[in-house]
Amino acid sequence: MALPTYASPLERVWYYTYLVICALIFLFLIAPILVILPLSFNAEPYFTFTEKMLTFDPEGYSLRWYDALLTLGHPTADAPRDAAWWSTAWERATWIRAAKNSFWIGIWATILATTLGTIAALGLSRPEMPYRRLIMALLISPMIVPIIIIAVGMSFFFAKACVAPDSAMGAIFGMFLSEKGCLANSHLGVIMAHAVLGIPFVIITVTATLSGFDQSLIRAAHSLGANPRTTFFKVIMPLILPGVISGALFAFVTSFDEVVAVLFIAGPDQQTIPRQMFNGIREAISPAILAVATILVVISVLLLASVELLRRRSDRLRGVTGR
Amino acid sequence: MAEVAGELLTTADGRPLKAALQAAQARARRRAFLLVLPLLLFVLLTFLVPIGYMLKRSFEHDGFASSAPALVAWFAENPDFDPANPPEEAFAALVSDLARMQVEKTTGVAGTRINYSVPGTISLFKGGARVAADLQPPYKEALLAVDPAWGRPALWRGMESASHVYTPEFYLVASDHKLTDAGWARGAENERIYLYLFGKTFLVSALITLICLALAFPVAHLLATLPLAKSSLLMILVLLPFWTSLLVRTTSWIVLLQEQGVVNNVLVALGLIDNSGRLAMMYNMTGTVVAMTHVLLPFMILPLYSVMRVIPPSYARAARSLGATSWTTFRRVYLPQTLPGIAAGSLLVFILAVGYYITPALVGGADGQLISNLIAFHMSKSNWSLAAAIAAMLLVSILLLYWLYDRLIGIDRLKFG
Repeated sequence: MALPTYASPLERVWYYTYLVICALIFLFLIAPILVILPLSFNAEPYFTFTEKMLTFDPEGYSLRWYDALLTLGHPTADAPRDAAWWSTAWERATWIRAAKNSFWIGIWATILATTLGTIAALGLSRPEMPYRRLIMALLISPMIVPIIIIAVGMSFFFAKACVAPDSAMGAIFGMFLSEKGCLANSHLGVIMAHAVLGIPFVIITVTATLSGFDQSLIRAAHSLGANPRTTFFKVIMPLILPGVISGALFAFVTSFDEVVAVLFIAGPDQQTIPRQMFNGIREAISPAILAVATILVVISVLLLASVELLRRRSDRLRGVTGR
Repeated sequence: MAEVAGELLTTADGRPLKAALQAAQARARRRAFLLVLPLLLFVLLTFLVPIGYMLKRSFEHDGFASSAPALVAWFAENPDFDPANPPEEAFAALVSDLARMQVEKTTGVAGTRINYSVPGTISLFKGGARVAADLQPPYKEALLAVDPAWGRPALWRGMESASHVYTPEFYLVASDHKLTDAGWARGAENERIYLYLFGKTFLVSALITLICLALAFPVAHLLATLPLAKSSLLMILVLLPFWTSLLVRTTSWIVLLQEQGVVNNVLVALGLIDNSGRLAMMYNMTGTVVAMTHVLLPFMILPLYSVMRVIPPSYARAARSLGATSWTTFRRVYLPQTLPGIAAGSLLVFILAVGYYITPALVGGADGQLISNLIAFHMSKSNWSLAAAIAAMLLVSILLLYWLYDRLIGIDRLKFG
């Protein structure tokens, strides 16, 4: 809102006050994220700026908290860092194990949510879809229903959702389930829970992309002799791909950041980064948490940048200019 | 080709056109539905069935019914017994069950079940079970001699009620009722913790919604009226917190607001507060409100922004040229047009705030806990049925709000970024 030429002095004062207020709100939004970046390089085990940090003395800064991510849980942390040390760190260090779990669970949950969600979005955006509103409301609801309710329900149900390990079912599915043959305390259980939580985001982004999709392109493809498979992979998919990928990124972030369901349905083998952070904040908060937080902020900046680029590409493909 | 009166239009192979069209439409509907079906089945298995299971658990508890078979049988035969004065046979059944519980080590489970409606019964059961095997008839006098509390009418009402596996009792407990000697009654004013916490959760959520609205309105307005290049840059400041891990943001607020934290240090350094008078902004309600406002603010800014962006600036100019002051223009022309965005953002923020768990759990301390934290607390104490009943009550209020959101705004309009 540029100031009009006819503005009175009072309005001018108000306009600049308004800009200052906006600046303060932006500061409120971004300051918490910015403040942890320098603090994660603190040489002291404090959560506040030391004098040395404020005078930009190099001694005030260190990488010790990043180093702590490698050594926590390492059986021979002080040994010389040769190849064996690194391979032990890769296997045993608490944060590295948590990161591996987080990525595995996140990737599989994303694949599950994106595949099922994209196919369903194709059906939902057809004009002849029956009960569209009701089904849409159901599929979005995992985002609306409080996570604690979902987690409580899953913790009841997944503890009962078991197969006998020595049965035929157990032989097929046993490797995905916990030792007792249940969904509770298993990787599969956490992956399914996270997929359900990611589905609303996939549905929303993909149906939004499809709403600008020209349905006559499908008829054109058919009339030119393409079968449904060819039509899907050669015509539909390239056009909706930006929406699908940004939905997938949303689903991944949802899983990567999720802690409540993990707290309720996962066992010690499914320790993830958020769960490790949650326990760390609850028990003995150490600046190592800030190092993890900084790494996560860098990851989210990268994800945000990819989503923005994808959205611009998608808008360009659909012929939408501007925002 | 003119239609002959009375003759039906048909397709090339002679079928009536209407039937052929209906068949084609049914086929198209089936195809569309088949695409959605796999996801529906998945959501059914991992979302609806668990929630249904939770609802079942909120009515179900066999802790007493399975460990006191003699008394359950006696209650079934004598539905009209007088709880104020149960006969000798009832006491005989009770003593034999108590002896059995001692052997099978089920005293705790059974006592816990009664304890929900009649507080203080776990220790009573444990004491009774220890001596039950040595008691001699008449059992009534013998048991009352061990502890006169065994004759309380409330206890007998509680045991009768607990002899059924399915019961609405947990909803009564979750709405602050308890079993007295005269039957179910509301607890004393200072004991109504559950409904109090529900009320507090709704009030705090409303407060957070209002703060979010007050903060989001100017920012969304600025973003909507700035030239695109500038607003895209500023939008990053809104989207970055949105994309940043919730735990990261909660951690930063702890770093900023705790007693030895950045904000307090700055205030002390500036001489605004004394070193001994550091503000307590963390591990209390203030911490919960500040951190939750920060987490939920983007959910208010984004819907407001998408509505404000399409409001033509010419309306405001027209109002001004017709003589309205800038305040009148804002109040009578601009504000009414932003109402859909205000409604969408406020409802979304309110819904998300009511069910919030992580932030209050980490920064709320004792005072800043919300209803979700109470559910988690009862889950950790193995009070599953009670946790499920509170969760079911929360679920109903959320679904009402969700229905309202769909009515007023429509879930199709939900978007991010």
